[in-house]
Amino acid sequence: MAKIFTYITFKNGVPDDSALELVNAAKQIAPDASPTAVVVGSGIDALCKEVAASYAEVWKVDNEAFAYPNAEVIRNVLSSILPQECILLVPHDTFGMDLSPGLSIKMDTVFMPDTVGFGGLEGSMLKCIRQEYGGAVSTHVSCDITKGAILNIRPGAFQPDESKAAAGQVVDKSAEAGDLSTKRVYLETVAAEVGDVDITKEDVLVSIGRGIEDEDNIEIAEDLAKAMGAVVSCSRPIVDAKWLEKSRQVGTSGQTVKPKVYLACGISGSFQHLGGLKGNPFVVAINKNPKAPIFQVADVGIEADILDFLPELTEAIENL
Amino acid sequence: MEILVCVKRVPDTAENEIEVNKDGTGIETDDLVYSVNEWDNYAVEEAIQIRDKVGGSVTIVSVGDEESEEVVRREMAMGADNGLLLTDDAFEGSDGKGTATLLKAVVEKGNYDLILTGAQADDGAGQVGGMLATMLDMPYASLVNAIEMLDDKKLKIGREIEGGNQEMSEIELPCVLSIQTGINEPRYVGIRGIRKVASIEIPVYGAGDLGLSADAIGAAGAGVKRLDYFVPELGEGAEMLEGSTEEIVEKLIELLKAKGGIK
Ligand SMILES: Cc1cc2nc3c(=O)[nH]c(=O)nc-3n(C[C@H](O)[C@H](O)[C@H](O)COP(=O)(O)OP(=O)(O)OC[C@H]3O[C@@H](n4cnc5c(N)ncnc54)[C@H](O)[C@@H]3O)c2cc1C
Ligand SMILES: Nc1ncnc2c1ncn2[C@@H]1O[C@H](COP(=O)(O)O)[C@@H](O)[C@H]1O
Repeated sequence: MAKIFTYITFKNGVPDDSALELVNAAKQIAPDASPTAVVVGSGIDALCKEVAASYAEVWKVDNEAFAYPNAEVIRNVLSSILPQECILLVPHDTFGMDLSPGLSIKMDTVFMPDTVGFGGLEGSMLKCIRQEYGGAVSTHVSCDITKGAILNIRPGAFQPDESKAAAGQVVDKSAEAGDLSTKRVYLETVAAEVGDVDITKEDVLVSIGRGIEDEDNIEIAEDLAKAMGAVVSCSRPIVDAKWLEKSRQVGTSGQTVKPKVYLACGISGSFQHLGGLKGNPFVVAINKNPKAPIFQVADVGIEADILDFLPELTEAIENL
Repeated sequence: MEILVCVKRVPDTAENEIEVNKDGTGIETDDLVYSVNEWDNYAVEEAIQIRDKVGGSVTIVSVGDEESEEVVRREMAMGADNGLLLTDDAFEGSDGKGTATLLKAVVEKGNYDLILTGAQADDGAGQVGGMLATMLDMPYASLVNAIEMLDDKKLKIGREIEGGNQEMSEIELPCVLSIQTGINEPRYVGIRGIRKVASIEIPVYGAGDLGLSADAIGAAGAGVKRLDYFVPELGEGAEMLEGSTEEIVEKLIELLKAKGGIK
């Protein structure tokens, strides 16, 4: 069985939640797996020590050149230090999406994007579970790991391993980092704009998606929000169409909200949208498609056209 | 600036209820409405805007069955100069690497400064652009939401990262960029626009024209294979409220009151 490695992403010296989720992902590939964590960064001793609480072995690659993670450089690092036929687990976030497809070509292995589960290993055939069409259907996908594999793992899809009982050792691989030159140079990070309302602080959100169909219909949601004492938030297509400000977008590339009540109106329930919904709110989904994935995660579902249903609900609340 | 944009014909999720077919081998294809992958529209719009600013040409390429010609034509109607269709029975069953291998062969037949893909397509993979870049030994950036020409050798680009923050970089040409939605507002294409390009010949390439061996592409070359489709079961699922609209509204209001949803 090929050795399993995990790639650790972090921010301000704190490992991402995925660091612990990947331990369990590895164990679902092989129950007795003892994966090795790879940490690439600058001044990362304390970080590596923290990661070593959950991994028997941590490979540290420390260099000032890694002060900001540049996928192009890190592809060179990983293909220099990793053994040819290994399995590498990478979180499927904006960095992992940037890193992994090219890495699989560089290392001449297979690539499995956005994996949400595993269905067993038979010989060299690893069965992976994925989703397509924004989560409307799932697939079993086989992956031939004879020559190793790069597997991108969806954040939040596996339970974190909180045991912290590994007391692992840190191995310094900095000297083997390889070529650090790059044709893509990081300049700066521009922070997201602050909007007129802060949806992250609201208890009740009336959230609209592509099902609202037209800019003029946004009023319908605003009227309902007003009646409920709530605020309007939205999914990404509404922001892409410039119907609402970016600061109203819920999701991995928008805001992380923690309301008590969330009304998802005409939202299909993609993982990038749900990734911004935290704190276990009471979710009501209103959608005209009874098979919309959002109904799998909502507490209460209503099969209806929001353009008809929301005005009725508004009127009834106003008459209370 | 010579720009190549890769586009894929996909079932339109806004127009269809995507369902697993009876024997679980695929999705139900009766009455499916297809369109160009949402992300690819933004890539084409961006390419046209760059060409209009600095000159050059925009070429659209798609790998797919013969019907993919309609999406190539649609994107040409937006204002692209050329179209190419890659179709051959031998391409069927290609995985992401197979598709990237085909696109690489097309890139090598031309002389492109910039290659654009969408951030992801219908199966949510987000892989073809990054694979293609490494195969071509070109720099790559994913999830690009801003492009500015610095000179004829360099671009300044923004990548969308978590929380809506934007990572700014400089990248050397030629390069491959995958485009995120929201980077621009793709122009509307009407019937008239489509009619205008209706008679333009779109060259079709098969495996032989691209000089590719059969074991690098199609099902034979695929390290990754779909086994079956099924309906996901995440958690218990919602309690569906039934009855007349009036009854549903009444039940919902009771629930919202109990959960603090109505102030
Ligand atoms: C890197 C990356 C980051 C992303 N980040 C985010 C993010 O932060 N937030 C986000 O939301 N998305 C994000 N996305 C996009 C995400 O993948 C989905 O495309 C998006 O969430 C879909 O939005 P939606 O549910 O509104 O639209 P759709 O998926 O088109 O769903 C519309 C729903 O409305 C229903 N509907 C249509 N008409 C009506 C009607 N009249 N009445 C009732 N129901 C109706 C339909 O049945 C459907 O279920 C990201 C994507 C990528 C690649
Ligand atoms: N069959 C195809 N033909 C042309 N381009 C494609 C094809 N498949 C994927 N692409 C390109 O690669 C991007 C990402 O797709 P994917 O890696 O399949 O998620 C798409 O947005 C397209 O730009």
